[in-house]
Amino acid sequence: MLLIRRFEERLLEEFSSGKLAGTTHAYIGQEANAVGIFDVLHKDDIIFSNHRCHGHYLAYGGDPYLLAAEVMGKSTGLVGGRGGSQHIHLRNFYSNGIQGGIVPIATGMALAEKYIKSKRITLVFLGDGTLGQGIIYESFNFASLWNIPVLFVVENNRYAQTTPIEIAVAGNIPDRFKAFGINTWECNSTDVVKIREDSEQAVNFVRSNMQPAGLILQTYRFAAHSKGDDFRKPEEIASNKKSDPLLIHGNRLEKTDREMAESEITWIINEAFSRADQDPYPGSNNLPPILL
Amino acid sequence: MTTVLQHLTDGLTRSMEGDKRVFLLGEDLLDPYGGAFKVTRGISTRFPERVLTTPISEAAIVGIATGMAMRGLRPVVEIMFGDFVTLIMDQVINHASKFRWVYNNNVSVPIVVRTPMGGRRGYGPTHSQSLEKLFLGIPGVRVLAPNTIGDPALLLQNAIADDDPVVFIEHKLLYACHRLEIGKGDLVDGEVEQFGERYPTYNIRFSSKPQISIATYGYNFEIVRKVALEVLYEREIFTEIIVFSQLSPFNLMPLAESLSKSHHLLTVEEGSSNLGWGSEIAARIAESDLNNVKIRRVGALDFPIANTKTLEDLILPSQSVIKKAIYDLME
Repeated sequence: MLLIRRFEERLLEEFSSGKLAGTTHAYIGQEANAVGIFDVLHKDDIIFSNHRCHGHYLAYGGDPYLLAAEVMGKSTGLVGGRGGSQHIHLRNFYSNGIQGGIVPIATGMALAEKYIKSKRITLVFLGDGTLGQGIIYESFNFASLWNIPVLFVVENNRYAQTTPIEIAVAGNIPDRFKAFGINTWECNSTDVVKIREDSEQAVNFVRSNMQPAGLILQTYRFAAHSKGDDFRKPEEIASNKKSDPLLIHGNRLEKTDREMAESEITWIINEAFSRADQDPYPGSNNLPPILL
Repeated sequence: MTTVLQHLTDGLTRSMEGDKRVFLLGEDLLDPYGGAFKVTRGISTRFPERVLTTPISEAAIVGIATGMAMRGLRPVVEIMFGDFVTLIMDQVINHASKFRWVYNNNVSVPIVVRTPMGGRRGYGPTHSQSLEKLFLGIPGVRVLAPNTIGDPALLLQNAIADDDPVVFIEHKLLYACHRLEIGKGDLVDGEVEQFGERYPTYNIRFSSKPQISIATYGYNFEIVRKVALEVLYEREIFTEIIVFSQLSPFNLMPLAESLSKSHHLLTVEEGSSNLGWGSEIAARIAESDLNNVKIRRVGALDFPIANTKTLEDLILPSQSVIKKAIYDLME
């Protein structure tokens, strides 16, 4: 969680100092979600992530250097600078930058794994904002009809970019799953231990029944949606920071352990960014001839 | 004689026999109905595990197929009417076509989206269109259309064996057509030259000195062929017809070779001709080394396709419109 927090802070810093171009979506405040869930996944389970994918990737065990290089657009990046912040791939981890469009794809991946009897399950991330996209409901229908082992994880951070959930989402979230006969778990905590517990039930259900499930995580992001698009009240943000997942879990650790973690992670991040900084940008030799 | 429809069914069946990774997904595919145009008839009985009939959810069907393809299967999707491809655009453009390249060639997306296009059956504005031009020029998407001069079964099998996304356009009227035999019927005086193996282009000539080269594809080759005979008998104009199996991206060489002799180009498509397939061909020829090529494009007029036959006939390119374009061009 600390690695994700410091990595995202460093990225935002690099953007504001003008060293990085393009865009980013920080996971600051939501770190416990990915860390909690992924702890109960198997190593070769499949994850399809969205625009806010850095935290998911790092929780998956992805190398911070490869991600730093990718966001910088270097040829040594995760996908050679072609994908950037939102479009990355590592082993069984995928991400794409379209809201909801990844949901049927993850559902199809889970279906393929079911056919080949791999026992792998597939997890896909949605946000509260994604609930506005029709294709997710088509996917819920398929997943339920065909008993597809996919876990739909809704990270409800209560804002779709700048639009609060109260004026964007009618009804309630669990009923959306219920309508399709999909079992759903909810977790209203930012404590990684609690998130892990609730996730374990949902993950185990999907794996042992080979059926879909929903997992709704009530969460909050401390940073802007992207950059310069935060119009929330400072008091609201401050009050949510009282349940900062790092604070909650940090209190379980000894001070010396916390300090050690900080210094180790500072070293990892400095190393990742300074190494990536020296790497080359891709050039015309990275564009293959177009085949007819 | 075997129809194009039967050839396509054979192609699908052979692919499913030869490769257990091939799945069919689409609406109303199961026997006894066997799909709206019957291309999949009999297949669900032979391979019940691998024919998945779906709810009416075109976008998710393509998304699910994309996910299956990324995990090692080879799904073939049927979109019941080509008009409904508007619903799958985000999946094709922002997902299926992007992943291989954007993930730095670490994945592949071997899906085929088959769909019937075209009018002339009185189905009206939302069940008669030729919307393939929406897929032309999308990096990472191959667009194919079978015809009666090539082998539709083999074209489809090659598409299914392709490692990248393919959109496979089947004109509704082509289903009932028969494959041509070289040296017989319409082609008794014709000579056919094939360019390429996997997705061939065919040059059909009736003289070694053609006066006009007509570029077309799919069902409209049937209409063009009739016009070619008419202009030959009426005014002794010798045509060379260039039939593309692959619409995008495409190889200009067979057409350029023909134009180096004829210097007159006519393109014929059934979609609206503004900013269409023919426009791109015309632009490529204009940019090429060929000098003094006169060009005309024929396609649908810029109206929604009317339901009534009289108006539909006026809106879609007819034999007489094509013939007039040839005579105008040759003046």
